[in-house]
Amino acid sequence: MTGMLPLQGIGAAITLWIALGLMGLLFRHSAKLVAHLLFPVGALASLVLAVIGLWSLDASPQMVVLPLGLPDLPLHLRLDSLSSFFLILLGGASFGVSLFGSGYFRHMESKTLGLLCLEYHLFLTGMTLVLLADDAYMFMVAWETMALSSYFLVTTDHHVPDIRKAGFLYLLIAHVGAIAILLGFGVMQGGHGIGAYTFDAMREAHLSPFWASAAFLLALFGFGAKAGALPLHVWLPEAHPAAPSPVSALMSGVMLKTAIYGILRVTFDLLHTQIWWWGVLTLALGLMTAIFGVMFAAVQGDMKRLLAYSSIENIGLLLVGIGLTIIFHVYGKGALAALSLTATLYHSLNHAMFKSLLFIGTGSILHATGQRNMGRLGGLIHQMPWTSVLMLVGVLAIAGVPPLNGFVSEWLLLQAFLLSPGLPDSYVNMLVPVAAAAIALAAALAAYVMVKFYGVIFLGQRREQVLEHAHDAGHWERAGMAWLALTCVALGLAPVFVVQHIDYVSHLLIGTQLGNAAADWMFLAPVDTERASYSPLYFLLAVSGVMLLIVLLVRHLYHGRLRRGPAWDCGFPAQNARMQDTAEGFGQPIRRIFEPFFKIESEMPTPFDTHPKYHGRSDDRLWFMLYLPISRLTERLSGWASLLQHGRIHLYLTYTFVTLVILLIFV
Amino acid sequence: MMNNSEFILAIVFQLTQLLLVVLAAPLLTGWVNQCQAWLQNRSGAGMLQPYRVLHKLFHKDAVIAHNASWLFRITPYIVFGCMWLAAAIIPIIAVDLPFSGVADVIALVGVFALARMFIALAAMDIGTSFGTLGARREMLVSFLAEPALLMVLFTASMISHSTQLPRIVEALAHHQFALYPSLAFAALAFVIVLLAENARIPVDNPSTHLELTMIHEAMILEYSARHLALIEWASSLKLFAYISIGIALFLPHGIAEVGNWAGLPLAIVLLLLKLLAAGAGLAVLEVVTAKMRIFRAPEFLGTAFLLAVLGLLIHFLLGT
Repeated sequence: MTGMLPLQGIGAAITLWIALGLMGLLFRHSAKLVAHLLFPVGALASLVLAVIGLWSLDASPQMVVLPLGLPDLPLHLRLDSLSSFFLILLGGASFGVSLFGSGYFRHMESKTLGLLCLEYHLFLTGMTLVLLADDAYMFMVAWETMALSSYFLVTTDHHVPDIRKAGFLYLLIAHVGAIAILLGFGVMQGGHGIGAYTFDAMREAHLSPFWASAAFLLALFGFGAKAGALPLHVWLPEAHPAAPSPVSALMSGVMLKTAIYGILRVTFDLLHTQIWWWGVLTLALGLMTAIFGVMFAAVQGDMKRLLAYSSIENIGLLLVGIGLTIIFHVYGKGALAALSLTATLYHSLNHAMFKSLLFIGTGSILHATGQRNMGRLGGLIHQMPWTSVLMLVGVLAIAGVPPLNGFVSEWLLLQAFLLSPGLPDSYVNMLVPVAAAAIALAAALAAYVMVKFYGVIFLGQRREQVLEHAHDAGHWERAGMAWLALTCVALGLAPVFVVQHIDYVSHLLIGTQLGNAAADWMFLAPVDTERASYSPLYFLLAVSGVMLLIVLLVRHLYHGRLRRGPAWDCGFPAQNARMQDTAEGFGQPIRRIFEPFFKIESEMPTPFDTHPKYHGRSDDRLWFMLYLPISRLTERLSGWASLLQHGRIHLYLTYTFVTLVILLIFV
Repeated sequence: MMNNSEFILAIVFQLTQLLLVVLAAPLLTGWVNQCQAWLQNRSGAGMLQPYRVLHKLFHKDAVIAHNASWLFRITPYIVFGCMWLAAAIIPIIAVDLPFSGVADVIALVGVFALARMFIALAAMDIGTSFGTLGARREMLVSFLAEPALLMVLFTASMISHSTQLPRIVEALAHHQFALYPSLAFAALAFVIVLLAENARIPVDNPSTHLELTMIHEAMILEYSARHLALIEWASSLKLFAYISIGIALFLPHGIAEVGNWAGLPLAIVLLLLKLLAAGAGLAVLEVVTAKMRIFRAPEFLGTAFLLAVLGLLIHFLLGT
């Protein structure tokens, strides 16, 4: 039974994770042991998962029915190309994050750490099982395991009221989403009764367009809530800053992708037919989410909130990719659908790597300085050389500049837009250039956000004196960051290899693939070389060659003398750290240009203030326009319901009696 | 497919262009400055002035601030490398450029973005008020200019069914007398982007150090000697690259097509004339317009963005 080997391997890795979690609970008196032994071993299990994923990408689907679960409801697992691809993503990202965790969690109070070790590994287990589940029951159990364990991880510092609040918001939205997913599965079952809860039965159920659309909408809503699509994004900027950094990294890098996995699984695998307006809806939703996310990221002052909004933007881009895939697939443009699906999957992988890297990097900064507020950081490039170099890789990758990985997926997505003319529906056809423009705008704004992020934190003068004593990340933390930075570089330099592997997934989901994506392993050319090509390796070689040449020429022909002196700054004499832009200052133009979208609240000092104080806040209008009314309505309804409650037993007995009488009258 | 000897010839040609652009770029800057001087009734410093400035700067000892990091020191080299590569892969004399496959038009925009990110980061590195001000304004200008440029390039790509610059040029050069309404909008947008991205009036002013108005100059305020020389040279290369893109997209006629080596001399003469005309045109534009307030710049660039998107929409509507 060699065919079963991958699933057995995954089973072993999961068992190891659970065992590690329990051991963490057992050895909770020794933080050192938990951090330095359990987390690295857990990281190895992640690596094993990634290797298994890579290995079984081209294999035929493997299924297993576990003798577990409720009576008559056994659990089904299945490993196909789509699951394998997301396993690579999960394993690759969590390997780096767990390595980082070994160093990061070292100083944690040992009791908390023991519990955290259990929750952390349960979280990983839950995410893995989501990818493998082959029936609705298993899927929901895994989904809830993932949601609950991550809730407990978010509220690790539960004595802080704000963190409890953030956790509650996360839990609430996660469950609203879960209900929608459950209902979606119910619809997809197609009324075939209890036996039809497996995904295989759903693939067989031929739904009418109406019910298929209902299932799709429910899935989009449910998974959208987890992914952070508009308007269900509000939990991200609250939960990410609250959680410990490695947890934020996993949530943003991997957990959001399980929602993308869910949408892909339901749309292209479980539902046998797609309708064009699903694509348009997803595309529009994605565009709004992307622009909204990046706009808000530009005005944030808290580094983790900034990254959370940037995750919203990236989820938007992924939804755009999915929307395009649906449109092309429905209109029978096989090659184009494969191209946009490839871009989507590639970007998922990229985002997992660079966002995890950036989040754990903020963890190192937090450890070194105790500050999340960018306005109190600055100049860390001198104190934290390792962190600053590795973070620069992440920043350039997420900003989408060649030759790193963020650019490749952006390039593929734009190519999909460029090839799109000729769709039969002219209205859909008109949407495409507008969407391409919006994507380009979001990508350019992302560069703005990242310059702000890196510049304010790492560059310039120290804004606080205490930063002088900031220390660089430890060995474990560096190793984790270095792994993720390396994957970013590798994914950027070897796009042909990656695209060839994504082809297996495209073949499974939409039946077409890019095929000969490369004329040559150096040149990425998704359609043909006459149409478009890009070679990051040659680009890197050319630019670094030119740089080397110039350095040598300048040294040889002139001289390399260098002196250091005070900064020039146009001869302005008094220079201090407070004269640099803060995070808020750097984001000010964006706030001004997109003013109607923000709810801005600011207090300006008058010129005569002896102790001038500036205070500014930019809030999300959606929170006030959508969430607060809903919460007020809920409170009012529950207020009415509480009229029935008095806490007196004879009244409750009366209710029971009246209910019984009424029922008797009817029946 | 081309055969071996043709391939070698193409490589030789590519290397020639590589050398040519890097040597000729300061000349174009000098020409623009000289035209401006004439228009302003000055005698001007001569077209060779940029070379003298570069020579002088290379000779000086570099002085950098006490707290300058490695990022500050490598940025000039990265920016120069990016701009050189960008200028070298744009087909302006002939379309056989083996390097062109490395980066298509989208990647070309990416190369500009890479250089811009580094220079903005380097500007923030010293932590002076002007440095961060420059970086902020530069990113502000570029977040509207970059998508506008991308849309212009998209319009051209849609017409020619390719994002490869040589293919675009070939396709556009072939349709000698066809008039594309979409390209007209794109051309207008492109001129605005060119002005903004090359720090020209009305968005920025390359010849001022007045704190309220400067963008690009504010970013490179802390650079001196060889670093400054490389950045100035890179700016010249960038201007050269942008004008080359403009010529390639909107005036490609007369370029030597694949295998047409006989057309090469004519192509070179034509290119020279086009460059002279473009430089003079730029000087006229700069002389007759006034610098606008920084907060008008987003509106100006927003116009470019909308024009470019309109061009693309028109292409979709008319199908040409």
